[in-house]
Amino acid sequence: MSGIISQNVGRTSGLVKAAAAGGGAWTLIETITASSDSTIEFDSGIDSTYPIYLFKIINLHVSSNNTKPQVNFRDGSTAYDATKTTTHYSCSHNEADNQTWLQYETGGDLAESTGDQAFFYQNVSNVDDAASSGELFLFSPSSTTFVKHFIGRLAVVANPVASGQGYIGGYCNTTAAIDGVQFKMNSGNIDAGTFKMYGLGDS
Amino acid sequence: MSGIIAQNTLGGSGLIKSPEGGGVWNFIKKLTASASSDLSFVNGTDDVVLDSTYKTYFFTFKNIHASAQANFQVNFSEDTGSNYNVTKTTIYFFASHNEAGDSTSLSYQASYDLAQGTGAQPLGLSFSSDNDAGGAGYMHLFDPSNTTFVKQFISTAGGFTDGDYYNTNNVSGYCNTTSAVDAVQFSMSTGNIDAGDICLYGVSS
Repeated sequence: MSGIISQNVGRTSGLVKAAAAGGGAWTLIETITASSDSTIEFDSGIDSTYPIYLFKIINLHVSSNNTKPQVNFRDGSTAYDATKTTTHYSCSHNEADNQTWLQYETGGDLAESTGDQAFFYQNVSNVDDAASSGELFLFSPSSTTFVKHFIGRLAVVANPVASGQGYIGGYCNTTAAIDGVQFKMNSGNIDAGTFKMYGLGDS
Repeated sequence: MSGIIAQNTLGGSGLIKSPEGGGVWNFIKKLTASASSDLSFVNGTDDVVLDSTYKTYFFTFKNIHASAQANFQVNFSEDTGSNYNVTKTTIYFFASHNEAGDSTSLSYQASYDLAQGTGAQPLGLSFSSDNDAGGAGYMHLFDPSNTTFVKQFISTAGGFTDGDYYNTNNVSGYCNTTSAVDAVQFSMSTGNIDAGDICLYGVSS
């Protein structure tokens, strides 16, 4: 690139020129706002345009107490049921300051399973001011050669009331393209929350 | 902000108004492996910027395919790539789970951390050479050109081994030097990076 505008790329004032296909900057693709929804689905816009997709979960408020935020992936059909092997661990510290943990969640991981992956296996709270926020990276979803990795973390208000964080990592064990991502609760609805999908270009 | 230009923020074409206070991610360089012994980002070489231009740098790893099962690793240079041997102290822990579903672990890996070591730091253990195996993840490198403080880095990478164990690898540490870090090298502990790519981004501040 050349010229005054392109030379200004990376600056914090004035005009910059957005490079083709996002030019490496995170490009906001879609925002979905939850309102008592059973599922939040990004069912388009996941393709070879970007090699990395990032999902931001902001203030996810659940309708039912003691429930688990979950994610799943679509690999070509209409169902969100890609086969996955994952790890899941979590940590927590309660408001009463008498309980902490860091542990592997043996009940919350998956081994070649098509089921939903819990973000926080130990359950979240539905008290009025409770909400969860976090992120999920999805790598090379359109690759038809390799499995598809994902890495995520979600900060939650746990039940009983505590600060908690769930960490997930794993792969969709398929060489089919992943073309959809679904968020849901294991029970009840996603009462409120904002879900954003970004793409990160590499050229 | 208002107006046509402001409405185009985060768009993939045309003009955008850069946000006040920075935060813009800028693509800098993509290195694609092809039976490569290493992928090295050297400031000032081949359009690589790794200096005071940005306070935070971000590397992404995609489909890192090993020629033979080996650890995916990183090292740093303070002499523009002549030597990758910056002194580091690091931590390493991972969560592991196999496809058979009969083995799990969340553990600190004392064999793979460094205590004032100059060797390469593993970012992912035993990446498989299976045809469909490709590790993925990211690494933050903070303020590499600072000449007052050490240089922190944080990485998370996922990969699976030849025995179908999946590991979520978590690494952080610091280059214990007040010299600027001006080059970063990724490699396998043995063999080559058969395929995959690593991208470098700078986050304007």
